[in-house]
Amino acid sequence: MNKMLLLSALAAVSLMAADKISGAGASFPAPIYYQWAHAYEATTGIQVNYQSIGSGGGIKQIQARTVDFGASDEPLEPAKLAQDKLLQFPAVVGAIGLAYNIPTLEGKEVKLSNAAVEGIFMGTITKWNDPKIAADNTGVALPDQAITIAHRSDGSGTTWNFTYWLDQISPVWHEKVGLGKTVKWPVGIGGKGNEGVTNMIKQTPGSIGYVETAYAEKNNLPMVTIQSAEKTWVKPTTENIKAAAANAKWKAEEGFYQILANQPGKNTYPIVAATFILLPTEKADQNKKVATFFDYSFEKGAEEAQKLGYIPLPKETVTAIVAYWKANGAK
Amino acid sequence: MKNFNVGDFIFENVSRVMSISVLVILVSIFYVLYDHAKLSIDTLGFGFIFDTEWAPNLEKFGAFPAIYGTLTSTATAMVLATPLALGIAIFLSEIARGRLKSLIGTMIELLAAIPSIVYGMWGLFFFVPLIQKLTGTSGIGTLTASIILAIMIIPFTAAVSRDAMDTTPDILKESAYALGATKWDVIKDVIIPFAKVGVIGSVILSLGRALGETMAVTFVMGNSTNMPSSILEPATSIPVILANEFSEADGDLYYSSLFYLALILFVVSFTVIAVAKFAFLRKVRKNG
Repeated sequence: MNKMLLLSALAAVSLMAADKISGAGASFPAPIYYQWAHAYEATTGIQVNYQSIGSGGGIKQIQARTVDFGASDEPLEPAKLAQDKLLQFPAVVGAIGLAYNIPTLEGKEVKLSNAAVEGIFMGTITKWNDPKIAADNTGVALPDQAITIAHRSDGSGTTWNFTYWLDQISPVWHEKVGLGKTVKWPVGIGGKGNEGVTNMIKQTPGSIGYVETAYAEKNNLPMVTIQSAEKTWVKPTTENIKAAAANAKWKAEEGFYQILANQPGKNTYPIVAATFILLPTEKADQNKKVATFFDYSFEKGAEEAQKLGYIPLPKETVTAIVAYWKANGAK
Repeated sequence: MKNFNVGDFIFENVSRVMSISVLVILVSIFYVLYDHAKLSIDTLGFGFIFDTEWAPNLEKFGAFPAIYGTLTSTATAMVLATPLALGIAIFLSEIARGRLKSLIGTMIELLAAIPSIVYGMWGLFFFVPLIQKLTGTSGIGTLTASIILAIMIIPFTAAVSRDAMDTTPDILKESAYALGATKWDVIKDVIIPFAKVGVIGSVILSLGRALGETMAVTFVMGNSTNMPSSILEPATSIPVILANEFSEADGDLYYSSLFYLALILFVVSFTVIAVAKFAFLRKVRKNG
C-alpha cells in the first residue's frame, strides 16, 4: 500500500517535471518574468521557474546547460554565441533613470548635461549649486548641498548598461573608469540591487543614483532630464524609451546583438537597455517550450510589462524573433 | 585486554575519527581556497595585498582597501563592544538578582539569535539617519558598520564572560567580604582575575565573528573600494566584496582574485585566533 502511494507520488512528480521550464539570470527583468510566468501557468498549467541570480550567473548557468534558458542584460557577441552554441533574442526593454533626492526642489525639473553628469560621477562636481549644473537650470534654486552618489555594490547588468552610456558620452570616464558590471566608482556609496540603490537615495538628502525607472517610479523619486544623442533634453517617459527600441536595428543573424544606449532621434531617451534570453542550440524540444512561453508573453504580456515600467518589444522585432526561432528549430 | 568492551571501543574510535575530521576540514578548506586563488597569486603575487586599486572591469585587483576596511571596522567594533559587554557581564553575575538577572540574561542570549540581515536593515533605517544628523555626512561608513558589529558581538562577550564569572567559587568571594572588601574590590580583585581566561576567550570569539560578518556590514558600510580617509567615509570589507561580486565575476583572474581575498581572510582570522589562543591565553593561564 505504502509502496503504491510512493510510486504514484513519484509519477506525479515526474509528470510535473516534464511540464516545467527553468530559467536563471538577470535581476533587471525579474519582476516582469515572474509576472509572465504566473500568467502562463494560470492558462497553460506549465510552470516557469525563474531565478534572479544576476546576468553573469545566467550566462554561466546556460553555458553549463543546467537551466532551460539563461537571461542576461549584457548581450553576448555573435562570435561568443557561436563558440558556446547559444541562441539569443531580446525579451523586453527597460530604461535606467538618474533618480535624485533634493527635498527643496520637489516638483521642479532638474536638467543635467552630459558634462554635468560626467562631473558628478567623476567626483569633480561636489555641490548641487555648481555652475556646471546651474547653467542649464536657470530659475531653479539649486541648494548649496553636497552631492552623494549611490551606485550598485553588486556586479550588475544595470551597471554595465549605465557605464556603457557614461563611457560613450564622456572621454574622461572612458579613460579613467570604463564600462563593466563592476567598476571602480571614483566617489559614492554602494547599495545592493536596484532596491538597495533606491533606498540609499530615499534616505540621503542630496543624493543621486541610477536605477531601473520602475524602481524610481514605485518609490516616487524624481528623475533628472538628460541629453539625448542629439543633445536635446529628454525625460525617461514611455514614449521616449519606446523611441529607442523602435530605432534599434536588430539583426537576427547576429543574435539580435544590439546595445540600445544613445540611439539617434531627438526624442530618444539615451539610457535604454534590452535584456536578452539565451538558449542552447542543441536542445530543440526544450527550446520549443521556452519559445512558446515567450511567444505567449510577447502577445499577451505587453500591458503587464508597461505596468511594471518596461517597454514591450516593437511588433517588427517580435516578428523577427519568431522567424529566428523557426530558422533555428525552436518553433 | 581483560576489560575489553566492544561498545567502549567503538565509541572511542568514532569520537576520535570525528575530532580528526576537524583537522581534515580545515586543511581542505585551505587547500581549495589556495587552489582557486593560485592563478591570482601567481599573477599578482604579494603586491595584491598592498595594491589599493580594485577595478575588475580594467583587470586591476588590489586588496588593500578591503583588508583595511575589515581590520578598521573590526577593531572599532571591539573597542565599542568590549567595555559594554564586560559591564553587562559584571552586572549579571554580581549585581543583578532574581527576576532581573534571569530576564536580562535571557535577553542578551536572544540578541545573539537575531539574524545578521535584520541587524543590517535596522542599522540602515535607524543608525544611518542618526549618524547623518550627528555628523553631517551620508551616515554610511565604517563607524556605522562598527556600531552594528558591536551590537552583534556584545551578546557573545557578555554571555560567555558572565558564565566564566559565575564559576568563581563562593568561598573566595565570601572570604574577601569577610576581610572587609567592598563589592568593587571583590569584582576587581577576585572575580575578574578568576574569570580572566574565560573573558579573554569570549572576546576572541567575538573578534572572529566581527571579522567575518557580511550581510549587516554590506548594508551600512558603503561598499566603496576607494581608500577611506576617516571612519565616517564609505568603505568595504573582504566578506562584503565576496558577497557582492562573486555571482557576477566573469574572467579567470577576477574569479581567482576573489578566492585570493577569501584566502587572506581565512589566514588573517585563523592567525589572529591562533595567536590569541596559543600565545596569549597560555601566558595568562600561567600567570593567573
